[in-house]
Amino acid sequence: MMAKSNLQKVLESGQFVVTGELGPPKSAERKKIEHHAEMLRGFVDAFNLTDNQTAIVRTSSIASGAILTQMGLDPIIQITCRDRNRIAIQSDVLGAVALGIKNILCLQGDHAKFGNEPGAKNVNDLDSMQLIQALKKMRDEQVFTGGEKLEAPIDIFIGAVENPFADPFEYRAHRLAKKVAAGADFIQTQAIFDMERFERWMEKVREMGIHKQVPILAGVIPIKSLGAARYMKNNVSGMIVPDALIERVKAAPDKKEEGVRICVEMIEHLKTVEGLAGVHIMAVAWEEIVPEIVTRAGLLPRPVYKD
Amino acid sequence: MIVGERKPLAEILQMVEGYGKILVLGCGECVTVCMAGGDKEARETALALSIARKRAGSAVAVESKTVERQCEFEYLEATRSQAEAADVVISLACGVGVQAMNMHYADKLTVPGLNTTFMGLPLRQGVWLENCLGCGNCVLDETMGICPVARCSKSMLNGPCGGSQDGKCEVSKETECGWHLIVERLGRFGKLPSLEEIKPPKDWSASHSGGPRKMVREDVTL
Repeated sequence: MMAKSNLQKVLESGQFVVTGELGPPKSAERKKIEHHAEMLRGFVDAFNLTDNQTAIVRTSSIASGAILTQMGLDPIIQITCRDRNRIAIQSDVLGAVALGIKNILCLQGDHAKFGNEPGAKNVNDLDSMQLIQALKKMRDEQVFTGGEKLEAPIDIFIGAVENPFADPFEYRAHRLAKKVAAGADFIQTQAIFDMERFERWMEKVREMGIHKQVPILAGVIPIKSLGAARYMKNNVSGMIVPDALIERVKAAPDKKEEGVRICVEMIEHLKTVEGLAGVHIMAVAWEEIVPEIVTRAGLLPRPVYKD
Repeated sequence: MIVGERKPLAEILQMVEGYGKILVLGCGECVTVCMAGGDKEARETALALSIARKRAGSAVAVESKTVERQCEFEYLEATRSQAEAADVVISLACGVGVQAMNMHYADKLTVPGLNTTFMGLPLRQGVWLENCLGCGNCVLDETMGICPVARCSKSMLNGPCGGSQDGKCEVSKETECGWHLIVERLGRFGKLPSLEEIKPPKDWSASHSGGPRKMVREDVTL
């Protein structure tokens, strides 16, 4: 058994968790990853590393995660189903564990059409549900999807995502329950802008008792500019950005400050929502704002554990 | 049926550059129904080629003919004299027809005049929808007659993904989310609880992923 990841420890402590997100660069510049990670050190409990987010080629999440482990930080590496079949995925999971990575977040992945290789073949050999199940089987039963035994056990902490803003809305909480049944140990949601809808989803989640089975981290994105808000509303799949929010940013003299204020208000509110274990701050391309948000949202100090 | 779309004339012209005698061969089956490679289109293509080559100063003899079914050898006999007389054949059939011609008339090159797009059906005049990928292991019984492999952009067996909004797929607002349709239909039949079952990884070896497929049925072989 590997030692518990920092994320696991904070979740188990019952303290409100804060995770951040790092988008690896479109280059092999290790220093960029280190720079952003250093910026967030002490402000987040774990670092989500995206797996070629929006189908854009970047340094791999596992390589980036390995760099973070070397820095003594706790990475959550993302794995999507888009680019790899079950052979490559399971191989990568073994590799990630060998590199000291513990937290793995399972996603389906945005369609390749959105990225910088729109002609790429979308693999999707497994779907996100089967990916969660495959990882659970590797850990709990020590078998690969094909049935063969692993030569030695692995210890991983399996995350899954759910999008309360996708449709059919009524099915979304049930789908979350299915991911938990498949083997998810923790959940991260899509970024919240429509709080009313999120609360309706959480109500269903609580009704089904899912929040008692797994910790749920609510996703937030600080709005950097009016353009960014509009872009997310119109171009990012599976997101709902209410017009009122856009108007609020539009009316504000200092857009960035307003963006931070909205994000802080949201986190303050999310802290009061029953059944949430923490927040996941996705400030990709605006990583430097995370310390301010975490500070202003009253989330400091972050717990420190001695191994 | 198999749906196809004629290639741009410029591309076809490039394929047959340098050839003096051309046969444009239509097919009387699917591509006739989808108005891409039937007799009418074969005549039009032949005429267009002839005009284009004349204009380019390299006049060519173009003939057109349509066989009943280009994907079976026995029907290809009906065009033996034209095929043998031509320097090159442009097939307006699907990829199966093009290859049947190349197999049957091995000494003659047959090039594709169509892009074979997919297996699907006409929703209405001029609109076709892909709805089968020929995966070799049909699951339509589990998904209320809507194919998750063909109708979901990610071929998910446990959908829908987080990109489904207002019944549409993240890939395009013109594309219906197959899983949204499945969930709706399960609801209509009172079968929503069946969604709780986690569908295991699909055995893609029954699909093209397992290598080029060949089916032998002893009960009907001669």
